[in-house]
Amino acid sequence: MMEVLEGGQLTDHSDGRDVVLKLRDVRTQFGDNVIHDKLDLDVFRGEILGLVGGSGTGKSVLLRTIIGLNDLRGGSIEMLGVDTRKVSGKEERALQGRTGVQFQDGALFSSLTVEENIMLPIREHAGLDEATMRGIAALKIALVGLPADTGHKKPSELSGGMRKRASLARALALDPELLFLDEPTAGLDPIGAAHYDDLVKNLQKSLGLTILMVTHDLDSLTAACDRIAVLLDKRVVVGTMEELLVYEDDWVKDYFHGPRGRAARHE
Amino acid sequence: MADSEPTIRYSERAGTPVLEVGGTWTVFTIRGIARKAEEARRKVGKRAAGVVDASKLERLDTAGALEILRLANAAEGAKIEVKTGQEGHASVFEVVQSHMAPTPDAKHENWITHWLEEVGASVLHISQQVVSLCAFFGEILVISLQACLQPRRFRITAVIRQMYEVWIKALPIVGVLCFLIGVVIAYQGVQQLKQFGAETFTVEAVGIGMFRELGVLLTAIIVAGRSGSAFTAQIGTMQVNQEVDAMRTIGLNPIEWLVMPRIAALVISMPLLAFWGDMTGIVGGAVACTFYLDFSFVQFFDRLRDQVPPWHFYIGMIKAPVFGLIIAAIGCYEGLQVKGSAESVGQLTTRSVVEAIFCVIVLDAVFSIIFLLAEV
Repeated sequence: MMEVLEGGQLTDHSDGRDVVLKLRDVRTQFGDNVIHDKLDLDVFRGEILGLVGGSGTGKSVLLRTIIGLNDLRGGSIEMLGVDTRKVSGKEERALQGRTGVQFQDGALFSSLTVEENIMLPIREHAGLDEATMRGIAALKIALVGLPADTGHKKPSELSGGMRKRASLARALALDPELLFLDEPTAGLDPIGAAHYDDLVKNLQKSLGLTILMVTHDLDSLTAACDRIAVLLDKRVVVGTMEELLVYEDDWVKDYFHGPRGRAARHE
Repeated sequence: MADSEPTIRYSERAGTPVLEVGGTWTVFTIRGIARKAEEARRKVGKRAAGVVDASKLERLDTAGALEILRLANAAEGAKIEVKTGQEGHASVFEVVQSHMAPTPDAKHENWITHWLEEVGASVLHISQQVVSLCAFFGEILVISLQACLQPRRFRITAVIRQMYEVWIKALPIVGVLCFLIGVVIAYQGVQQLKQFGAETFTVEAVGIGMFRELGVLLTAIIVAGRSGSAFTAQIGTMQVNQEVDAMRTIGLNPIEWLVMPRIAALVISMPLLAFWGDMTGIVGGAVACTFYLDFSFVQFFDRLRDQVPPWHFYIGMIKAPVFGLIIAAIGCYEGLQVKGSAESVGQLTTRSVVEAIFCVIVLDAVFSIIFLLAEV
């Protein structure tokens, strides 16, 4: 493995931006099975970072660890300047209000309509009045490109692609600074996936979001992501597409130079 | 990080009204801003043009931008222009402006038409339900006839597996409950009948009561709550996971593979369970009689043999498989009705248990009339 700089970077990408998510020496394991060990990662403000890796390297596990759904077995995670190991209940709530998560299959609450799904975090964290929340929900529904009448539908009445968009709308409900997306384009048709990439990119630009995206979609990586983090040997290596194309590793070579990788780069 | 309050200041610059917004306008701070906005708007009144000056904003998000744009749009007749300061804020305003929807009006409906619509919808729903239930029973009938002609299609291993679940595993709970009910009937019988010196008739009360009605009814209610609900939840979850659809594409009929083994298992298990319930109930009665009546076991069973004709027992046993059929059929039918979500599984499981118990009790009444007419 080649030498990497601080935060798993191949070259220094910081460009004067502050670090919104900082992982140091992170270790996760289930039983005796160590998934990540001594993992360092920096996510800079305003970037879209794609997280890739082979099956079973623990992409989703890493995401779940960052958002606090898995136990951290070692190391530290600093999110928006707050050490997640030492937060009080109040700080944790504040942090939850500043981050948004879109789960792979949407994870919309099936007993609520889309509108109510979006209003739920607002009600919980901001406690606004009903009319204002409805206005915000309608705005978010329009932002993610869903028709206005979607708000009154139940998640079971939506198609898979619409559910993903609705789930993104819920993740955006509180205008989070940091957004986590788990395989956002998996299961979408290529046109839908391309639209989704544009959407994410536009939202990122206009709202100044920072996005960490777990994905398998090479098109998304080229179209939407500024940098790519590759899970290799229980750690991550972060670089731009150009840097990773010349990176010496069998998996990385197979991944980016395979037929799909070449097609995504229009070679 | 303490956020500053959102502010709206009214001023006039060269004759045009200016609303200067400042502070932090985010989803966390705009609580109660609507009242301030209303006030500011009134000051602007019906002026032809105005400006909302957003150059002094500290922080802004889409929710805040939405409120500011609303403030600008809602002034009656006035064309209000929003001035922005920071680059980042301009793009937020732009995004929100281009995606803003007119505030939807609350729908007002006449309550009579609303009520009529509800009634109509439920009538339609019930009639559809009846038709599909008939179709379901028809399909069960056809497949069981086919299974009789081709015994190979009768999934014996699945039936035995289900019987283990619905019969063997239900034995303890059915036994305990029927035993307790036997004790209770005997105790109450002794207490009441003692008043006119007829306490020995307690044996008949326990025997006839358990054999004819309570043993089988109690068992049916336990089974409906235990196995009927399980059938709905199992099949419903498979429906949500599209397993049932997958079966259809492989050419497996879900009625044959999922429904028939469950129905067969319950039709066989119900009499066995009811018999067990009868026996434990009688033992409960006998135990209670040794305490309250000073009867020995031998006396109790002698009197039971002499005074309670076997028909009472047969009647209970005739009812048991019918109850089993109805509980299993309703459980499976509701399971197949599940659509889409986890919520639907919960709703239909509840409905399946309620319907099953309702049908069992109605059927029990029907049986009473039949046996009354048959004079047994």
